[in-house]
Amino acid sequence: MQSIVEFKNIFKSYPGVIANDDVSFNIKEQSVHAILGENGAGKSTLVKILYGHVKPDSGEILINSDLAIINSPSTAKNLGINMVFQHFSLFESLTVAENLILGMNENISLTKLKDKSKTICDKYGFNLNLNSPISSLSVGQRQSVEIVRSLLNNPKILIMDEPTSVLTPDEISNLFKILKNLVKDGLTVIFISHKLEEIINLSDYVTIMRNGKVVSTISTQNEDPETLGYKMLGYKVSKAKQVRDINFSKDIFNINNLSTQSKDPFTINLNTIDLNLKKGQIFGIAGVAGNGQKELMEILLNENDYEFSGDIIFKDLNINNLSTFQRKSLSISYVTEERLGHSAVPEMSLSENIFLSMNHKREFKKGDFINFEKINSYASDVIKNFNVDTPSYNVKAGKLSGGNLQKFIIGREIMSNPELLILSQPTWGIDAGSEAFIKKTIVELSQKGVSIIIISHDLDELLDVCHQISVLYEGSLSNPLNVENINITKLGKYMGGLFD
Amino acid sequence: MVFLIRVQLREDYSNLIFYLSPLVAVALTLFFGSFIFLILDLSPIESFKIFFMSPISNSYGISELFVKATPLAIIALGLSYCFKNNIYNIGAEGQLTMGAIFGGGIGLLFNDSTSVFLLPLMILFGAIGGAFWATIPAILKTKFNTNEILTSLMLTYVALFILDYFVVGPWKDPAGYGLPKSMPFPDAGRLPVLFDGLRVHIGVYFAIIICFITYIVYNKTLFGFKLKVSGLSSKASQYAGFKYKNLIFYTFIISGACAGLAGLFEVSGPIGLLYRDISPNYGFTAIIVAFLGRLNPFGIILSSLLIALTYLGAEDAQLFLKIPSAVGFVFQGLVLFFLLGTDFLNKYRVFIK
Repeated sequence: MQSIVEFKNIFKSYPGVIANDDVSFNIKEQSVHAILGENGAGKSTLVKILYGHVKPDSGEILINSDLAIINSPSTAKNLGINMVFQHFSLFESLTVAENLILGMNENISLTKLKDKSKTICDKYGFNLNLNSPISSLSVGQRQSVEIVRSLLNNPKILIMDEPTSVLTPDEISNLFKILKNLVKDGLTVIFISHKLEEIINLSDYVTIMRNGKVVSTISTQNEDPETLGYKMLGYKVSKAKQVRDINFSKDIFNINNLSTQSKDPFTINLNTIDLNLKKGQIFGIAGVAGNGQKELMEILLNENDYEFSGDIIFKDLNINNLSTFQRKSLSISYVTEERLGHSAVPEMSLSENIFLSMNHKREFKKGDFINFEKINSYASDVIKNFNVDTPSYNVKAGKLSGGNLQKFIIGREIMSNPELLILSQPTWGIDAGSEAFIKKTIVELSQKGVSIIIISHDLDELLDVCHQISVLYEGSLSNPLNVENINITKLGKYMGGLFD
Repeated sequence: MVFLIRVQLREDYSNLIFYLSPLVAVALTLFFGSFIFLILDLSPIESFKIFFMSPISNSYGISELFVKATPLAIIALGLSYCFKNNIYNIGAEGQLTMGAIFGGGIGLLFNDSTSVFLLPLMILFGAIGGAFWATIPAILKTKFNTNEILTSLMLTYVALFILDYFVVGPWKDPAGYGLPKSMPFPDAGRLPVLFDGLRVHIGVYFAIIICFITYIVYNKTLFGFKLKVSGLSSKASQYAGFKYKNLIFYTFIISGACAGLAGLFEVSGPIGLLYRDISPNYGFTAIIVAFLGRLNPFGIILSSLLIALTYLGAEDAQLFLKIPSAVGFVFQGLVLFFLLGTDFLNKYRVFIK
């Protein structure tokens, strides 16, 4: 088979980083070619260059052996290159068909477009009603709309940027089936991911990138997740070992019959949620983003006096009406999904960020004054104990990499000896080394008797560390599943809402 | 060919330049200000001498500089609490007026008093009056989420009309030939001057004390920390468990009390009675002072002196150069404009593509 895309010595630098450093490799026609790398390895930059979104500093791209100068996405489309972004660009209030026609360059009537779309949907098994508004669609269906929109342009090459991060296991396997059929019919798919198993399941070839450079381009045939992971990182990651068979006895935290009745159309109403957490237990709340995770976290934190019915009980005490400050004083700790601007202030030093979350602690205050000496020594301890790579506690939080900052934030909370730790997306968007460290820390913490709730979209993360997992779907929480001997098919069904 | 002006957030904007930019702004103001004099057919160098040097060439002038700088500094120090918290109280002029009405009212009520407690009582009521006027936009903001910029500004005009009502109505001096002014305050209600024959008064001490207190609050206390956090990120402030609504109240009350204090100092100090025009826009000019001083208490003291000089310079320019005293406001406006400009360019990179 012939190469359809050839990258030749692509360089691209941004202030302070080299995103692509002498990137050269070929993509064969009619194949699924994965680009694998950690966050910040340069994958996204490279495909944005191919799509005309970003201009390289130097280097060439050949399409079908001809030099192609791709200045803009419209040039790319003319060359048959289409891209489905991680974040969709759809109009919520318009129907599927209306959204599809908005993406068309040529003049076409709505009826003709519907016929054409229908043919594509039937042929490849997209389950779409062309007349329903986008707002009524699930995330997976929205992605289908994006793919159909690309296919209407008769592309030769389809780029997909982290397409599976928002999908349930069922939806993922469905997507893979569709993509494989598309390849059979002549399409070339460029697939960006950092999930190893997916790449092995779906793609024919994989280019591994690290720090902006290509490590190698190989066939995926003889690879397994472990060998591929080693190539991606350059080192082996030790897995967190969870001891699953602890005898839990004491109830620490209960949610009984929690419901909300918000009239805001952009929030998900929670529906009679029950949750029971024992001492030393790690409880995972899985589910596709946008199913009520944000609302649940808001109620647990109580930053805005969110209205709800039901009871939240911490150690036999009803904490429904307690403020964030009071809940923290009861030794409940929180790590929010957003690091910068929520659980840390980027413009403030690490020491100040300690006090941000620990201002309820008496030892950090002298009356109305702040005891910076104590805070600084606490900050030093966090930096030392949690491997935070920083020259000092005076460094501004915004200067730290995502992984380092997350280690610092989680360390800050853990050092305060919480009895209950609530984490939202603890390893989202951070490097694999920090991810492994954080998972290990969480597991060790639970073995010391701390109870932990993790809200996450990342199923692998939850399966690695949790004792039990429930799925949140459209505001309802499923019954918990024990992770030991978990049935993945069942979990997948739960994520699609199939539970009582 | 299409030219696009692009604006890009700088990855790492300089703290040094942040503190130097007021100097750059002043330099640019002088540079472009000289064109104003050129257009008016005046020699820029001579004009600047009259504008910025001659007003402070004698002890009277220096005293006047402090007379003008004192209210500016006190108001701006108070405003810095609001601005640090991202609350834009621009109604200090009204809070100043209300302070003058409350405190001055006490002076008129006890107009035959010789008690040493009269002045402290007036000062207390001055602060209460300003704080009271500032709680109105605070309540409106926290209860109804109204925009504090609008409400505090509109309340300024309400306060001015209330003052108007009193000086033409119930508080009009019966022996005042029908002029819209009150009786003079009794001597016990006058602010002591620092030197005989000069107008500079003990308000200067208040400004310095407020400056040091503010410095300590900002750098050492939990309250200062709360202000800093909620100014930088309201979500982080919620995460920390700080009650933003309380902070809105506290900062409005502090800035209102400071403005009210400044208003009382004006009427019980240099003026000695209540009448219509007690303030040459000190409440508005103090906004410039606060930002020019980088919301830093010591910076505010320096910038209040500089801006006070534009008031004096404008008076001298009117006298000796025969140009309108509004030139002083032009200079204040230029300083603010260039300050915002340098801040913008420090924070963002601008280029043409």
